[in-house]
Amino acid sequence: MSQPFRLASGGRIDRTRPLSVTFNGKRLEGFAGDTIASMLIASGQHLAGRSFKYHRPRGILSHGSDEPSALLSVDWRADRGPGRRDPNNRASVVEARDGLVVDTQNHWPSLETDIGAVNDLLSPVFVAGFYYKTFMWPRKFWDKVYEPVIRRAAGLGEAPKVPDADRYSNRHAHCDVLVVGAGPAGLAAALAASADGTRRVILADEGCEPGGALLNDVTSSVGGTPAMEWVAESLATLDARENVVVLPRTTVFGYYNHNHVCMVERVSDHIADAPEGMARERLWQVRAGEVVLATGSHERPLVFENNDRPGIMLAESVRSFVNRWAALPGNDLVVATSSASAYRTALDAKAAGMKVSIVDIRLETDCGPEFAAAREAGIEVRTGHTVIRALGKKRVSGLVVAKIGSGGGIGEKTTLTCDCVAMSGGWTPSVHLFSQSRGKLAFDPELDAFLPGTSVQAERSAGACRGVYDLAAVVADGAKAGGGSAAPEATASFTGFQPVRVLPTDADASRVKAFVDFQNDVTAKDIKLAVREGFESIEHVKRYTTTGMATDQGKTSNMNALGLVAGILDRPLPAVGTTTFRPPYTPVTFGALIGPARDELFDPVRKTPIDGWAAKNGAVFEPVALWRRARYFPKAGEDMAAAVARETRAVRTNVGIFDASTLGKIEVVGPDAAEFMNRIYTNAWLKLKTGGCRYGLMLREDGFVYDDGVVARLAEDRFHVTTTTGGAPRVLRHMEDYLQTEWPDLDVFLTSITEQWAVIALQGPKARQVLEPFVSEIDLSEAAFPHMTVKTGYVCGVPCRLFRVSFTGELGFEVNVPADYGEAVWKTLYEEGQKHGITPYGTEAMHVLRAEVGYIVVGQETDGTVTPDDLGLSGLVSKVKPDFVGKRSLARPDMVAADRRQLVGLLTRNPGEVLDEGAQVVDDPSQPIPMKMVGHVTSSYASSNCGRSIAMAMIDGGRERIGETVFVTTPAGFTEATISNAVFYEVKGETADA
Amino acid sequence: MLLIDCPYCGKRPEVEFHCGGEAHIARPESPIEMADADWGSFLYYRTNPKGLHAERWLHGHGCGRWFNALRDTVSDAFVATYEMGKPRPEVSPATAKA
Repeated sequence: MSQPFRLASGGRIDRTRPLSVTFNGKRLEGFAGDTIASMLIASGQHLAGRSFKYHRPRGILSHGSDEPSALLSVDWRADRGPGRRDPNNRASVVEARDGLVVDTQNHWPSLETDIGAVNDLLSPVFVAGFYYKTFMWPRKFWDKVYEPVIRRAAGLGEAPKVPDADRYSNRHAHCDVLVVGAGPAGLAAALAASADGTRRVILADEGCEPGGALLNDVTSSVGGTPAMEWVAESLATLDARENVVVLPRTTVFGYYNHNHVCMVERVSDHIADAPEGMARERLWQVRAGEVVLATGSHERPLVFENNDRPGIMLAESVRSFVNRWAALPGNDLVVATSSASAYRTALDAKAAGMKVSIVDIRLETDCGPEFAAAREAGIEVRTGHTVIRALGKKRVSGLVVAKIGSGGGIGEKTTLTCDCVAMSGGWTPSVHLFSQSRGKLAFDPELDAFLPGTSVQAERSAGACRGVYDLAAVVADGAKAGGGSAAPEATASFTGFQPVRVLPTDADASRVKAFVDFQNDVTAKDIKLAVREGFESIEHVKRYTTTGMATDQGKTSNMNALGLVAGILDRPLPAVGTTTFRPPYTPVTFGALIGPARDELFDPVRKTPIDGWAAKNGAVFEPVALWRRARYFPKAGEDMAAAVARETRAVRTNVGIFDASTLGKIEVVGPDAAEFMNRIYTNAWLKLKTGGCRYGLMLREDGFVYDDGVVARLAEDRFHVTTTTGGAPRVLRHMEDYLQTEWPDLDVFLTSITEQWAVIALQGPKARQVLEPFVSEIDLSEAAFPHMTVKTGYVCGVPCRLFRVSFTGELGFEVNVPADYGEAVWKTLYEEGQKHGITPYGTEAMHVLRAEVGYIVVGQETDGTVTPDDLGLSGLVSKVKPDFVGKRSLARPDMVAADRRQLVGLLTRNPGEVLDEGAQVVDDPSQPIPMKMVGHVTSSYASSNCGRSIAMAMIDGGRERIGETVFVTTPAGFTEATISNAVFYEVKGETADA
Repeated sequence: MLLIDCPYCGKRPEVEFHCGGEAHIARPESPIEMADADWGSFLYYRTNPKGLHAERWLHGHGCGRWFNALRDTVSDAFVATYEMGKPRPEVSPATAKA
C-alpha cells in the first residue's frame, strides 16, 4: 500500500528512512517515526479490527496507549523463529520498523468479511448480563455450547502457543525524585527537580519520544520558542545533568507502598537489527523519595449512534496524526465536540488541507475564544447541535446532525458528508497512578472530573492529571511540583468543555447502539438496562455490563459510564462512586514480570557434592525441598520397583551407600548449649556424654511433633544437630526465635552447617569392612564404637565426624567430611566396596528400608497434629524435665485422649497389593455415605525384604486394635487390610537397636 | 512493597522479613503450674486490633534478628520498630496517622 494520505512535509517522521511492515499479509509502507496506526492512516485505511462481542468493524480511535479498538497481533521477529508473537498490541503504540508482521484479530475469514458480524444483528440477545442470564441451563450446555461456542465467539487476540523466545531483564533503582510523564508538566518538573544537582532524578515516559501532548502541537510556544524546540532544549539540558536518567518507552504501570514504583521499559522491539540476546523488555523497580505524577489526561469520546465506525476518532488524535505523523485521517472532516480543545484540531486540520466543519453541542454563548478563531479561519461552526448518528459501515461516510431546540427537542436534521470525524467530549485526568498509590480522589464539578485529593504517599500531581489544562499553567504547575519557583511563559490553550453523557437524540433508544466502552462492546443501552435491573453502585454496573473491564481499563469510557449512571439515578456523580484503579496501567507482558526467573532459573536447584557422581551413574532424581536427590539407580532394563527391590536387598545382605548430604545440620555451641537443647527438645540432654548421640524429638509449643533427627554431642559445649532435609531452615528459625526472644540469657550460638558437610551413609552388614581401610585415629570395633556414638578422626586422610547411626536398622555409619572432599571420599569408598557388593541406593530405597523397621518420617507420618505418643514415641519425652517447648500442651485433655489417631502398620490381605499413601481407612465399607473415616495411610511400599507390601497408617485408637480388619479406599473400591505393629522386618545379625 | 526499618540494619524491603505474630506475650515461667484454660489462652488467643498492633518481626534475609514493630493494621504503615525486650513505645494517634 502506498501513502496517499501522507503530507509532503512536516511531522516527526524521517522521510529519508522508508520502511515497510507486513499487515494482514500485505506490504504496508511508512517512515522511521511511524506507528502502525499512522502507517494505516497514511495509506488511507481505518478498518483495523473487529469488536469483542458484535464483531463490528472498528478503526483507530486514539493515538496513544488508551486505544481500545485497533488491537493487533504482532510477530516482532518472525525471521528469528517462533515464540516472538504476542496479541492485543495497540496499533497506536507499536513503533514501525522493517520486519514486523502484524495481523488484525477476532475475525473469520477476514477483516473485511467477518462471519461473526452476524452477532451485530443478534445484539438484542446479547444484552447486559448476557452470560449471567444465559449460562445457567440446561446443564449439559455448560461445556458443550456455552464455553466452546458462545464464549469463543467473543474475544481478543489468540494467546501464544509456544514458549516466549525472548529474553527479559530487570533492575532495581533508587532516586530522590521520580517524574512520571515527559509532557510539558513532567519536563518542567524534572528540570526544576534536577537543577541544583543534589537530587537523583528519573524521568520516565511511555512514549517513544518525550514531549507528551506537545508532540501534536505545531502552534504553541514555550519560553519564546516553538514548543518542540523547548522540548529538545529541555532534553539536552537534562541529558547534560549527571543526576538525571531519562527513560523513553518506559511505562510506569504500578504504584505500590512506600513509593515502590514498577515500570516496564521496551528495550529492543523498535530496533530492526537488535542483537540476538538483547533483552526485549526490562522491568524497573524504583524506590523513589518523591514521585511527581505528570501523566496527562484522556479525551472522552461522544456517545451517539454508531460512534464506533472506522474514521471516527478522538479529536486530539486527529490532530496528532496530522501534525506529528503528517498523515491526514481523511479529506472531509467533521469535528463533533463539546470541548474547546477540539477547535485546535479543526484549525490544524484545515491548515493541513482538510475540508473541515464543526458541530458543537455547546451554545455559542458558552464558547470561548476558540469560536472566533474558527470563524476567522473560515470554518463553518454549528453550535447548539447534536449528532444523531453516523453513517457508513466499514468507514464513516456522513454524520446526521440536528439543532437542539430550546426545550431540548430535536430540530431539523442535516446530513454532513465526511470520511473522518474528530470527536471530543472533554477530558478526564489520568489519576490511575495516584489512585494506585491509595490517594483519595475528590470530584470537581467545575471540571467534571475526579482529581487527586488527599495524598497517602510522598507524591504530587502536576498538569493535566490534576485538571490543569492551559499550557502556561501546566508548565508552571510542573516546575512547582519539581521544587522550582520560576517557569517559562507559554501560549494559552483552548480549554473548557461541557460534559455530555449521551448526545440528545430522537431515535428509539432501545434500538440504538451508542458505544460507551469500545473494547468490551458496552453500549449506553446496556448501562441503562443494568440500572433498570437494580444495579446502582458503579462497581456493580461495571461487573454486570463489563464496562471499563477490558485491557484498556476504561481509560476512554469510565467517565461517560459513571456520568450516565448518575444521570439515570439522578444523583450527584460522586454518589455513584468511582471504580478503583489497579495495576497495571497498561497491559504488561508476563515476560517482563518474570524476567530471568524461568526454566532452570525458575527455582534454584540445590545439588549435593555427590550429585555429579550420581548423574554419571544413571541416577533418577527427585526434588526434595529445593534439593535434587537421587531417587534410585536403575540398571539396564530396570524400572523403579525392580531397582528399589535390588537396592533394599543389597543393604540387608551386603552394604549400601547413600548420599545423606541434604540432611539439615545445625551446630549448637556455647556454655549453655546443653541447657538450650534441654529446653528445645523433648529428650534429656544434660546427661548425654561427649561422643554420644541421641535421637531427638522437637515439638512446637502446642505439643505437636515439629522435627526429628540424630543429635551428637561433640564436646561439653558443642552439639551437632541433624534435622529433616526439608525442615532445616524452619528448625533453625524456631531455635533462633526461642534463643533471641525467650531466653536471651542463654549463651549459645546457632550455625547452619548443612552445606559445610557432605554425608555418606554406609548401611548394611558389611559397612565396617568397607570403611575400615580408610579410617585413621578411630577404632571401629563394636566395643570401642557402639551404636549411637560419634567420633572425630580421619577418613581417607580427610577430617571427619563419623557417626555410628542407622536409618535402616542395619549396622551403619554416616561419614561427615567437608563438602569439598565429599565426592572423592564417596568414590574411594565405592571403589573399595566393590569387593563387598556395595550398592548405591536412593531416597526411594531409603524410605522402604526405614519403613521396614518402623522408623517414621516427619512430614509423612506426621501432619502437624501428631503427638509423640501418637507415634508410639512417648519414651523419648522426658518425664523428669520440668519444662521444654511443648511439654505443657502434652497434658491438655485432648492430647491424652485414648481414641487419638495412632501409628500402626497395615497389612493388605493380598500381599502384592500396595496401598495408596493418603488413602482413607474405614471400618465398614457398606455403611452409608458420608462414611466415618477412622484413619489414613501415611506410608506404603512394596518390600522385597518382607516379601510383601507394607504400610504405615494413623488409625483412631490404633494400638488397641492390632489384629483387627479395616477397609482402605483404592481407585477400584475398598480393599481389606489388617492392623499390625508398625515394625515389619526383623534385622538379623548386628543390629541398630535404637 | 513496604520498607521496614530494621533496628539493626535500617530500611529494607519487606520480602526480607517474616512476621512472627503478636509481640509482648512472654512465655510463662512455669507452664506446668498453669490451668488448662490459661495455657490454652497463651497458646492460641491473640488480639486483632483495628489500628496499632505490636508484632514480632524477623529480619530473616538480613541480620537474622528478631525485633518488635508497631504496625497500623488499617494503613499497613510501620509506625515504630524497636529492639526485642524494649517496652512498646508510646505513639500518639497523630503520629500513627502519618
